[in-house]
Amino acid sequence: MQYMMFVCTDTEPETDESQIPDIFQWVADNDEAGRRVSGNELVPPSSATTVRVRGGELLLSDGPFAETKEVIVGFDLLECADLDEAIEVARTHPMAYSGRIELRPFHQE
Amino acid sequence: MSVRAAIEEATRDSYARVVATLIRITGDWDLAEDCAQDALAVALEKWPAAGVPENPGAWLLTVARNRALDVLRRASLERRKVAELAHLPLDPPSPAHDDRLRLIFTCCHPALSLPARVALTLRTIAGLPTAAIARAFLVTEPTMTRRLTRAKTKIAQAGIAYRVPSGAALTERLPSVLGVLYLLFNHGYGAGGETSFADEAVRLTRLLARLMPEQSEVAGLLALCLIQHSRRHARRDDSGALLTLAEQDRSRWDHAMIAEGLAALPDPGGPYALQARIAACHTRETTDWPQIAALYDRLAAVVPSPVVQLNRAVAYGYAQSPATGLTMLAEARVAGALDGYPYALAAEADLTARAGHTPAAVALFEQAAAAAHSPAEAQALLRRATELTSDT
Repeated sequence: MQYMMFVCTDTEPETDESQIPDIFQWVADNDEAGRRVSGNELVPPSSATTVRVRGGELLLSDGPFAETKEVIVGFDLLECADLDEAIEVARTHPMAYSGRIELRPFHQE
Repeated sequence: MSVRAAIEEATRDSYARVVATLIRITGDWDLAEDCAQDALAVALEKWPAAGVPENPGAWLLTVARNRALDVLRRASLERRKVAELAHLPLDPPSPAHDDRLRLIFTCCHPALSLPARVALTLRTIAGLPTAAIARAFLVTEPTMTRRLTRAKTKIAQAGIAYRVPSGAALTERLPSVLGVLYLLFNHGYGAGGETSFADEAVRLTRLLARLMPEQSEVAGLLALCLIQHSRRHARRDDSGALLTLAEQDRSRWDHAMIAEGLAALPDPGGPYALQARIAACHTRETTDWPQIAALYDRLAAVVPSPVVQLNRAVAYGYAQSPATGLTMLAEARVAGALDGYPYALAAEADLTARAGHTPAAVALFEQAAAAAHSPAEAQALLRRATELTSDT
């Protein structure tokens, strides 16, 4: 199954920084195991552009469509057998400690 | 036992196995439940005249399996499922591959919300009607139906595996299963609760203990539930008011169940095993409060929750003095989590009464009664207040 892993900030991060795993190790491990299909960091939402079309007219606005304290700062596309495996991948990501991670399965078929 | 009761007894043990097996093969929770319910209906119709078959479980599984085959064949797809169903072995499988265990762990997956886990467990494993579950959790039937549908949809869409975790994952996941079972038990055991839930919780915990004999916390939960459940006929007076342990008529305790609980008791270590040890202390003729206080010390080290601190204060109130108990209760309350908690008020009232401060104790019992969660509890607390007033 494929899961989109959204990497987000959180207002209550882990305070013990010695616990936090290394991101390069995480990428290397999961690339090698074939569990990480792709992924990247995103620039801050202040540089986002929101696009809508209404009445045939293009409406652009500067910034994200919703102002929130927790924002998506990256994503990884995972290929895992099931949710338990995806959770194992997510829990070893550094942002699971300093932020939060949302696992969203892709629609099947 | 009437024929109907005999049938219910025979089918209850088999229901979860039928549902669990059909889910494993078809992956379709609704189909599995519908076919199991159909098989139950056929049994209720046929068995009174024909008699209960020698192996009711295999009989039910056969009927349910055939229903599922019909449905899948009509849909003319799912070839693999049809083939596997058609060759389904109908003898009970070995415990290592018991489908009911898979079902329990899937229903209690921590990726589901706690209310969803509880509802799924009651509906899918225990086979209770959605309406009864809705009533017990104070929501409408459509709301409960939506909760169940949403949970089953998430299991399918999110890829929650139908399996018993192994190794370190089992250690992580078991508390969720035990937590759901204990919540079910307490919901049935608490004042005004659905008593059949407590019976179901005991039944499921017995099953879990049989399937996972190496897990001491499962044995601990079983012992805890059995010892508490043994007092079910003694916990209330004729008017329905709750009685304290000291007030209960011990001849009305279910001594066979206590013996089963004591036999299940594992070495203390985990939170359920420790609570079971404490419950076991309360079954003796004379209560060993210093022993109970020592067990609460260990429990508070493992589970530093305000409620455990509260119970520890009560234990010390008997083991040492009411004043010690009141001091510890004040410490437990500092964090604020016990504010307005009726049992904290009741404990303070009891300790205050035993310390000899009668007017203050009467006021506290009345305050606790006002905060109580059920009329039966309020009644019991008001009786204590009245007794104190009439003693002076």
